[in-house]
Amino acid sequence: MSEKSIIELENLIVEIEHRIEDLENASSKDSFDRSSEINCLKETKEKLQVKMCNQLTPYDIVKLARHPLRPLSSDYITLIVEDFIELHGDKRFGDDRAIICGLGRIGQEKVLIIGQQKGKSTKERIACNFGMPNPEGYRKALQKMELAEKFHLPIITLIDTPGANPDVGAEERGQAHAIAENIYKMFRLKTPIINIVIGEGGSGGALGIGIGDKFAILEYAYYSVISPEGCAAILWKNSENAPEAAQSLKLTAKDLLAFGIVDDVIPEPLVGAHKDPKLMANTLKKYIMKYLNELKAIPINTLIENRYNRYRSLGKYSEE
Amino acid sequence: MVFFRKKKDMPDGLWVRCDGCKGVVYKKAIEERMSVCPECNYHFRISSKDRLKLLLDEDSFEEMWEGMIPADPLSFRDRVSYSERVISEQKKSGTKEAAITGRGKIDGKEVMIGITDHNFIMGSMGSVVGEKITRLAEKAAELKLPLIIISGSGGGARMQEGVFSLMQMAKTSAAIARFKEEGGLYISILTDPSLGGVMASFASLADITLAEPKALIGFAGPRVIQETIKRSLPKGFQTAEFLLEHGFLDRIVNRQDMKKELSRFIDYLQ
Ligand SMILES: [Zn+2]
Repeated sequence: MSEKSIIELENLIVEIEHRIEDLENASSKDSFDRSSEINCLKETKEKLQVKMCNQLTPYDIVKLARHPLRPLSSDYITLIVEDFIELHGDKRFGDDRAIICGLGRIGQEKVLIIGQQKGKSTKERIACNFGMPNPEGYRKALQKMELAEKFHLPIITLIDTPGANPDVGAEERGQAHAIAENIYKMFRLKTPIINIVIGEGGSGGALGIGIGDKFAILEYAYYSVISPEGCAAILWKNSENAPEAAQSLKLTAKDLLAFGIVDDVIPEPLVGAHKDPKLMANTLKKYIMKYLNELKAIPINTLIENRYNRYRSLGKYSEE
Repeated sequence: MVFFRKKKDMPDGLWVRCDGCKGVVYKKAIEERMSVCPECNYHFRISSKDRLKLLLDEDSFEEMWEGMIPADPLSFRDRVSYSERVISEQKKSGTKEAAITGRGKIDGKEVMIGITDHNFIMGSMGSVVGEKITRLAEKAAELKLPLIIISGSGGGARMQEGVFSLMQMAKTSAAIARFKEEGGLYISILTDPSLGGVMASFASLADITLAEPKALIGFAGPRVIQETIKRSLPKGFQTAEFLLEHGFLDRIVNRQDMKKELSRFIDYLQ
């Protein structure tokens, strides 16, 4: 299935949605019954949506994960978290807008939320560096996570990054060191940690806030060691081979579940989270609540031991 | 995961051109100095076997877990299949995988030692490298021995093993965390090149971090950075000297002095 026809399908669906809206508006004005036509269109729309979902290639899913209307960490914070208090600053260098940290309540539970943030408007996107964190972002996250540990708050991380920022400043300030340090420290944090990939799970940049006791991924998010474009550029010597690379990398939620890397795939509304952010947020909240209840029941030392064993067992090799 | 510089192993022939000073140097003179240019101190890349010889007491190395070979969990295929690539890399490098691990002695002191070799798929970290480094750290904890890991990895992650490769960053870091928490001494030696996933995990987590002069060290590969910022990189960027200046190294150590320095650190800290 080519990428173009997926876009055509999506456009067609949007057109039908507009048509339904027009008909409903008209009916509310003149009280004329158009319900049979509306129902018919709704049926067609649903069929197309199902068709589209069934046809999605791994690269289509990568595109959905990057969809400009896809809900971001900030949306989930608004929709799920009550009484949110943002905490800025790594107390060393700066305040990286590509990672949002803060205290809040989910249901009755007090938690620390850490979310990678891409930004909505052009201005925001630039401020957030398109969701590519700098070392100070990882250090900020770590500083807040240590705070959460001290005051016994569970940590929820929302992963959504194309990767850690690859630029001169990031190297000068120790990007590799910052990520390594976070991975290392997250293994020893004496508080429950839940990691959820909500969009892009880009390699080490994702892993820098991605170690924990429960790991889930949204249905049309992806998680990969390298971007399909980067992989294609190296192995195919041409980034246009990204669709094949996406296929080869087995980076979809379904693949990750089959490999035993994630605990759950969190279902999205038909054709993606952006179609119904509220519904998506509700589903996400349910999973988080379920995980929090499960993890709270586990003694902290067992939790840390399980966390080690979970990653200890990952890897495929043979031994002669 | 990252782009690489051109290969810089020692070319065959009586005379070689040094990448450091661009001069033509008598090959034997370089070999006598542990593959270091006598004119400009440029450190040529060397194989992991040669490096172990330079660092350990004669015949003291006992390799462990040498029978580990990669699986192909993704049935990965680019222009060639991963299993074909593995076979050709094994032939080319003469090793089964990118990491060699085991125990040996430095001036009579026992150590656990591991090394990643750029000659095998750029020294990238797949499941075998991750598992070997993890076992090494666990064994070092069990035997209460110092842990020494020499990184020579331009690839970072092993793309062909996809997410399993990424998980090795987590697994190795976890093992290092445990080892250090139990009071173990971990020394990381960064050699040319040390990039990507290896640097963003175990290679950056040591008690003592050393590097060879001029070694290329960083998170993103230089070409990726150049493509991102769309201008040329500052001189000396991502070299060992650059890292030292920015506070991410304890010391830069010449190859000829490395064994002696390791021995001193063990005396002080173990
Ligand atoms: Zn020279």
